[in-house]
Amino acid sequence: MGKKRLIAETGAGMHGVATATVAALLGMPCDVYMGAIDVERQSPNVERMRLLGARVVAVEEGSATLKDAMNEALRDWVANCDDTFYVIGTVAGPAPYPRMVRDFQSVIGKEARRQCLAKFGRLPDQAIACVGGGSNAMGLFAGFIDDPAVKLVGVEAGGKGLATGEHAASINGGRVGVLHGAKTMLLQTADGNIIDTYSVSAGLDYPGVGPEHCHLADTGRAEYSVIDDAEAVAAFDALCRYEGIIPALESSHALAEAIKRAPSLPKDALLLVNLSGRGDKDMENVKRWKERNAANLPEPL
Amino acid sequence: MKRITEAFQKARSEGRGAFIAYLTIGFPSIEASERAADDLIAGGADIIELGVPFSDPFADGGVIRKAAYEALRQGVTLDDVLATAKRLRAHHASTGLVLFTYYNLVFSKGLEAFADAAADADIDAVLCVDLPLEEREELLAALRPRNISFIPLIAPNTPMERVAASAQGLDNSFLYVITVKGITGERKELPPDLTGRLDEIRKCTSLPIAAGFGISTREQAKTVCAHADGFVVGSAIVKRLAEGKKAEL
Repeated sequence: MGKKRLIAETGAGMHGVATATVAALLGMPCDVYMGAIDVERQSPNVERMRLLGARVVAVEEGSATLKDAMNEALRDWVANCDDTFYVIGTVAGPAPYPRMVRDFQSVIGKEARRQCLAKFGRLPDQAIACVGGGSNAMGLFAGFIDDPAVKLVGVEAGGKGLATGEHAASINGGRVGVLHGAKTMLLQTADGNIIDTYSVSAGLDYPGVGPEHCHLADTGRAEYSVIDDAEAVAAFDALCRYEGIIPALESSHALAEAIKRAPSLPKDALLLVNLSGRGDKDMENVKRWKERNAANLPEPL
Repeated sequence: MKRITEAFQKARSEGRGAFIAYLTIGFPSIEASERAADDLIAGGADIIELGVPFSDPFADGGVIRKAAYEALRQGVTLDDVLATAKRLRAHHASTGLVLFTYYNLVFSKGLEAFADAAADADIDAVLCVDLPLEEREELLAALRPRNISFIPLIAPNTPMERVAASAQGLDNSFLYVITVKGITGERKELPPDLTGRLDEIRKCTSLPIAAGFGISTREQAKTVCAHADGFVVGSAIVKRLAEGKKAEL
């Protein structure tokens, strides 16, 4: 392709770290755009990217989160498309990006399917993943899309609650629009400007969602639920305590949904949850969230 | 009325390139934008591009972005811009008026409702920064019966077959040729291969061609107009408005 440089946008920093790793491996310069608020609340991943040799560019504009990082990455790309490849981090953006990202992420679903069959001798009853832009979910769903018995569940970020308007649940709380080259569900004002989103997790803090998720919601092949900050933090704590695994706050939304569903299911039900990111990056973020919400902490699970 | 075609014909008959001026409507205020448009027209602008402020102006440089954010802070919407166009039209019967917008604003209003409002304001054409060739037919189908045209953007790396396809089926329009790879904003120098590219594009279309992005000086406009039918100035005007100066070149 003749590309000599990589750029990416990142929210939680997981995709930024992945892109920085590839750039280090291939000896390519790499600029990662990240909202200034995310740079602050996901600092361990920022350090990780820098150690890998990438330059992290803090974007101060707009809501200073993921969508603004994507705006800035697009601006860079149109100026430098001759020698730069834009590694988009989610299943959004202009075609063919949503399909490309889904196909690359589909290793998650394919491996998970194989492991389920090997370990349990059957497919899971439900496959659950968090959805911001929706790449990890689309990757997981890709492995089971042709298994109609497997229920696909996407979990959107409810932030402070759907009713407060401070959330990032595009499918549950948005309407159809066009952003970043894709027609999809968007959180927007009545006149079509994009609304600032909110979620405790940087990776879900995006006002749109991959168009294929909208398709799956329309056809009913997948269902999309909402988990708020408090539920996600409670699930984060629980996995740390019961399993010794620190999940990313993004993935904690999926976990919370599984915990919510489990009591009404038969004992032998098999729930597959995509732990799409590690939560070391969120230790400080969770601590601060608990300080801010000290009066209203969720019950331990 | 084919004001855009006529604007280019008039400029040609006067031995010059058409002057297309961009304003972010609502910056620094709606009233100031209107006065700036009056001044620009009095100063020789043939076509005014009315920029609609959008929350995510990813094709714009810092100057126009800041203007958009400020206009949004004041609550300026697409409807306000259309109302501004209507008032301008009352005083400027022959000036070409182009609505310059991101697609979601138009889509959100509903294409038919938008086309009605644009016709009511007597807008000549619509330019959507982020509506590619493959997706434009739905909007064009709404605009066509109201005699509103569409302005395609041609990027520095658009292949010639695509240039031809972009010009296809359009009347009372021009090809907006983006001079530089990148976003809007003043540039000290324009790319050396620009004039050759303009000549090449010329062979693909019978529509007039105008160059924009990066043009801020008389010299740049002159260079461009030796190979194009017109030039667009945007950021340089918006910057002067930001500095409290009158919009003049």
